[in-house]
Amino acid sequence: MLSLENLTHTIDQALNRSFGPTTVLLVEMAMLSLFAIALFAVLGLVLVFMERKVSAYMQIRLGPNRVGYKGLAQTAADTLKLVIKEGLTPDSADKFLFNLAPFVVMIVAMLLLAPIAFAKGCQMWDMNIGVLYITAVSSVSVIGILMAGWASNNKYSLIGAMRSGAQIVSYELSAGLSIISMIVLTGSLQLSTIITSQQDGWWIFKGHIPAVISFVIFMIAVTAETNRAPFDMAEAESELTAGFHTEYSGMRFAFFFLAEYVNIFVVCAIAATIYFGGWMPFHIGHWEAFNHIMDFIPSVVWFTGKTFALIFLIMWFRWTFPRLRVDQLLNLEWKYLLPIGMFNLLLTTAIAILGWYF
Amino acid sequence: MIEEVGTTTEGDLIINVGPQHPSTHGVLHLVITLNGETVKNVEPRLGYIHRSIEKMCESLTYRQFIYVTSRMDYLSSHINNQACALVVEKALKIEVPERAQAIRVLMAELTRMASHLLWWGALGMDVGAFTPFFHAFRERELINDIMEETCGTRLTMNYMVPGGVMADLHPDFQKKVKEFITMFKSKIDEYDTLVTGNIIFQNRMKGVGYISGEDALSYGCTGPVLRASGVKCDIRKLAPYDGYDKLQFEEVIETGGDSYARYLVRMRELKQSLSIIEQLLDNIPEGDFQAKTKAVLKPPKGEFYTRVETARGELGVYVISEGGLTPYRIKFRSPGFSNLSALHHMTKGSKIGDLVATMGTLDLVIPDIDR
Amino acid sequence: MFLADYIKSVYNGVTSLLKGMRMTGYYFVHPKEIITQQYPEVKQVLPERFRGEVVMTHNENNEHRCTGCTACELACPNATIKVVTRFDITPDGKKKKALETFVYHLELCTLCNLCIAACPTDAIRMAQTFEHSVYDRKLLTKRLDKPGSKLMEGVE
Repeated sequence: MLSLENLTHTIDQALNRSFGPTTVLLVEMAMLSLFAIALFAVLGLVLVFMERKVSAYMQIRLGPNRVGYKGLAQTAADTLKLVIKEGLTPDSADKFLFNLAPFVVMIVAMLLLAPIAFAKGCQMWDMNIGVLYITAVSSVSVIGILMAGWASNNKYSLIGAMRSGAQIVSYELSAGLSIISMIVLTGSLQLSTIITSQQDGWWIFKGHIPAVISFVIFMIAVTAETNRAPFDMAEAESELTAGFHTEYSGMRFAFFFLAEYVNIFVVCAIAATIYFGGWMPFHIGHWEAFNHIMDFIPSVVWFTGKTFALIFLIMWFRWTFPRLRVDQLLNLEWKYLLPIGMFNLLLTTAIAILGWYF
Repeated sequence: MIEEVGTTTEGDLIINVGPQHPSTHGVLHLVITLNGETVKNVEPRLGYIHRSIEKMCESLTYRQFIYVTSRMDYLSSHINNQACALVVEKALKIEVPERAQAIRVLMAELTRMASHLLWWGALGMDVGAFTPFFHAFRERELINDIMEETCGTRLTMNYMVPGGVMADLHPDFQKKVKEFITMFKSKIDEYDTLVTGNIIFQNRMKGVGYISGEDALSYGCTGPVLRASGVKCDIRKLAPYDGYDKLQFEEVIETGGDSYARYLVRMRELKQSLSIIEQLLDNIPEGDFQAKTKAVLKPPKGEFYTRVETARGELGVYVISEGGLTPYRIKFRSPGFSNLSALHHMTKGSKIGDLVATMGTLDLVIPDIDR
Repeated sequence: MFLADYIKSVYNGVTSLLKGMRMTGYYFVHPKEIITQQYPEVKQVLPERFRGEVVMTHNENNEHRCTGCTACELACPNATIKVVTRFDITPDGKKKKALETFVYHLELCTLCNLCIAACPTDAIRMAQTFEHSVYDRKLLTKRLDKPGSKLMEGVE
């Protein structure tokens, strides 16, 4: 059976036999950064292709189907086009910040890949404050967006960036609250512990009603946090042309574009980890035989399956709903999601204390 | 006139929306003054697609000038052509055969439906939903196919000629239209599911872009924009032409005056147009599709005016004839121009998103405004 | 009741959203609803009235029906057609107008069909071709009468 755990262990041991501990650490870090960059590129390509196909099928179209087998090479061709395209910098832009912003956004997206458990034993950095790290780092991307909007010296970009700032800051609250309400149940911030705590069933089933409410709030909040429709205020195409990346072209635009998709992947991976057990197969209580059959499906399949199902959900939102207005967006957060989230946290705490979860 | 760059003395942003902007449906240029997200002032700048159609018409004969008017409001080109044909018929006192009138009404209503469908899809784009656009185009494509079969082209048909229509209906016309009607009836509920009933869409539309009937009248608004404010103004009822007086249909009136009312008026008009088509389809009178006219049309000296109801409102055609081969002067009273002039009134104090949504409900076609 | 209204509004909002999602979801899992036509592989048969470009009908003996009356040229609103005529001497010694060349500017044509309606002898008609793009604009200026063609017998 395919096990990534054995693979990582073998590499680690092989390295340890040949080199000193410092060299091993350096080599492993280099490998991991290469892995992160490769993952960033691959995820971007795959998700852009997926989005185009999903939108096409919902819009009774075929979508890309000419470049490569069934159009699979379409996004690679698009990326190639963006790479060889001239990246313009406007004359009146703040050139340093303008050029820095896409890298800030990209690096944040890469950093977020660190604590995610892709499969059993396949995790870059299993830190004990994993969830806290993710909520903290993901809010840094707003700096990149504000930087881009401000440095472009374009009013559309500026409005887009300001909207994005207001939006991300507000929705962080709801996302945080709904994560906290699950942390109350798991009792740990470490992602690996959260996953192993779902050995006998996923939290969405074990935590029943409060977990479902918290999941719904989390999905809405992260959709807003990643600037996806129906909350794509920051780029609101019909209002602000392209929002904060109006002035970007070529590869720097592609960085924003890919970072958006990697961010979606990350938040969906987090949701899959917290609510659906990450790589943990579908287990029901003490049905040992059933659990054993489920274990035969490799953990990486479980993880990607769950994550991509959630990504599909977010894409489904985008291709169905109209966009909210900016004040309605904030109303939704402050008048609906936040009170419900707080109430839910209270409920979860009560349930955790009384032990009413399975 | 506002300066087009920089900020005002009060520190408000001045933003040029257009002439190249995704939501202006063409080359409309709006200079908006923004205080944060709030729109303080909207000033349309016109002329980016001015092709001097009125002047062009003055150098063309009475048969020729009709085709140019397809390029004004290209979404209701049949109805524009109809208005021009009507004014020539009025000048020359040509009796149009009943069959020709029925064909004209059928085509005009199909055009109105196609126009409203495109508007529905484009409004979805304006409020950020992309899927309705493709769903609307699926139905619109069928109308275009019907047009293509009978008239020869899909958008700028030039099918109406003085005295009737250019060619008789295609033998398959009735069959195709019936297919379209069954298809459309099965899909119209999806429109409500996807857009009308959606809570986000309703919040974006209700109470936004309000204009009272009185104000709308004083701005010269016509068509669905005025009817949404509760004023009866359907030319098909007020001054029937081409046999509209013999048909049973309801003039759609809403009293809300906001974007949602304008939306509902157009959605209900779709159903009214469908009922007109259904009434006529099996009762097309036999006879000529074109009256006998002279090869060279020379209207007598005088001034002639007709008006019709296009998908956007009242289109007036004013012709001064000196008795020659070409008109001395032609003036079009286009619905889009007056409707656009009310945009400032509707959107003052609203958000940028509302400005775009309100503009969507006005159903602007820029070549119709600039001509 | 404030709280009941609040919960009701949340419920109604969520159901309206779910209805919309059910519809797009339906289309996602029903690919047979897709209406895309793959253009170069699948070419639609265009109706016989479709206006693609103006052509002149010739029979198998390379004869056309154009008498050179220039009715089409006069009917054309934007000078798309230029009919060059010559004067033939008929056997009984009379001068008769005949077609020399029929020049058609596809790049100016709006396909309004007025020339075809004006033609008294049905010499020209609309063809159903639509792939007109060329790399040189000059190629769009066409001569419609075939070289060496002459007027059909009996067409006045």
